Amino acid sequence: MLDSKRLTLYRYQDSTLRIISTALAASLLILAFAILVQLHHASLESLKAFQWRFLSSAAWDPVAGNFGALVPILGTLSTALIALLIALPLSLGIAVFLTELAPAWLKQPLRILIELLAGIPSIIYGMWGLFVFAPLFADYVQPWLIEHLGSQPWIGPLFQGAPLGIGILTASIVLSIMIIPFIASVMRDVFGVVPNLLKESAYALGATRWEVIWHVMLPYSRVGVIGGVILGLGRALGETMAVAFVIGNAHQLSSSLLMPGSSIASTLANEFTEATSSLYNAALSELGLILFGITIIVLTVSKLMMKKWQGSR
Amino acid sequence: MIPTAFSFLYFKRRVINGFCLLLSALAILIGLAWLIWILSSLLRHGLPGFSWHLFTQMTQAPGTEGGLLNAIVGSLMMVLVAVIIGTPVGLLIGTYLAEFGKNGRLANTVHFVNDVFISAPSILLGLFIYQLVVVTTGHFSGWAGSFALALMVVPIVTRTTEDMFLLVPIHMREAAIALAAPRWKVIVSVVLRISRTGVLTGILLATARVMGETAPLLFTALNNQFFSVNMNQPMANLPMVIFQYAMSPYDDWHKLAWAGALLITVFVLLLNITVRLLSKQKLPII
Repeated sequence: MLDSKRLTLYRYQDSTLRIISTALAASLLILAFAILVQLHHASLESLKAFQWRFLSSAAWDPVAGNFGALVPILGTLSTALIALLIALPLSLGIAVFLTELAPAWLKQPLRILIELLAGIPSIIYGMWGLFVFAPLFADYVQPWLIEHLGSQPWIGPLFQGAPLGIGILTASIVLSIMIIPFIASVMRDVFGVVPNLLKESAYALGATRWEVIWHVMLPYSRVGVIGGVILGLGRALGETMAVAFVIGNAHQLSSSLLMPGSSIASTLANEFTEATSSLYNAALSELGLILFGITIIVLTVSKLMMKKWQGSR
Repeated sequence: MIPTAFSFLYFKRRVINGFCLLLSALAILIGLAWLIWILSSLLRHGLPGFSWHLFTQMTQAPGTEGGLLNAIVGSLMMVLVAVIIGTPVGLLIGTYLAEFGKNGRLANTVHFVNDVFISAPSILLGLFIYQLVVVTTGHFSGWAGSFALALMVVPIVTRTTEDMFLLVPIHMREAAIALAAPRWKVIVSVVLRISRTGVLTGILLATARVMGETAPLLFTALNNQFFSVNMNQPMANLPMVIFQYAMSPYDDWHKLAWAGALLITVFVLLLNITVRLLSKQKLPII
């Protein structure tokens, strides 16, 4: 039987658990805020010295103490966007195959294999990219790109220069492999809940399988698909080690995708422990602050879209 | 009119259909090809470096034969500490989200922020811990590395715990409450007991994830050439050794880096495969 003493004890224990877990949950929000404040605090010196010029200046001269974020920002955005461009059709194909085409017994093994791509640590992608992929890319693909695309009007400047192997395009390709499993997984999820009634109605009207996918499933799950794509973008923006290996880490502005560049994360990884002056340190912290801003916005948009999609069902 | 096989429009639609489905199959083949290519290069470059020395000797200066013992021990210690710190926190936040917060404003916000944290750049966590711990104490340390990794463990464990707790049918809880069990007992002996495999899965996934993480360690644990189990000192760890050795100009260091890369990948992938094969629920990719 429960006596009142034990009942009081239970109440006490219950409220303790509730308070502790609530406090920890709230501290997660505080942590997010603390990271922002900390980054801002660490970059004060650079914020004061360069103000808004920091965003538009391509200078990166540790000796003279002149820093600008334009090259890493452009490098971050261009690698992530090109990676997305490559990963998008591949992920769509993978999701379609896994939901619509694969025989039942093959679905799980294939799904796990694709998910393994997300399990491989980032540094392994970097090493593989630098030692295995980049040399082959330089020998076989880049000369072709330079010869055939480099002389074209409009897109020509994107493909000029020497076949170095490493550079923006190489980083983008490695990034695209890394984000495929994330995008494909979201697409697979949202395709999986398209009502059979809709699909069967389309089939009954004589639609081919592809027409059902393109005209029924994709429009139905549009918001979720876009959310997944943006999630992939968010991942690509903040990816560090893989990019640090293959992007070339050069602080120069170049129109060519074959030339070395740098991203925010790769600059931080390569230079933060070597920063000698406090201004250098602050400039790097400000880069971190910018990355924090970009990724948080992108990831928030992605989550909002997926939430909207879930709500619309 | 029913289209016949000779109708041009019908033929065109069938060709488009076949072509696109073929592309879709090709896409998954490309995905698998990347995986096979990466794994086979790891095996090709990593296997020659595999020997007992790898597990019995320290990292050495180039030219002398060395191993990765200090890095392996350092990595295991830091990951273990990170998981020990991060798991209870993640479990409790997950408990709050699934049991107490429900759909309240705080719970919704925490759920959202946690989701963002899972995908946020890990290098920023390293930067944060650097300012918080390394600058304050004045030196790099294994503890700082563990804290940075723990910050990655928390959101993963939170997410899986919440998911798994929510799968437990409400009538299980009601049955226990009807027997006058206090809330904590319902959570520990009913909800957690039913979902323990799933929760364990989350912890293992988090372990696999932080095992190969390099970015948060760059400014926290740094590296150490020597054998050290002192968490107050800079600590050797596999990802950092791989990074430094791969970037070095020495052939024997490259060989060690590949061996370390193979070691870490095999460990992480085996953990992933086991967890995903055993789990009946769909697991998030993290």
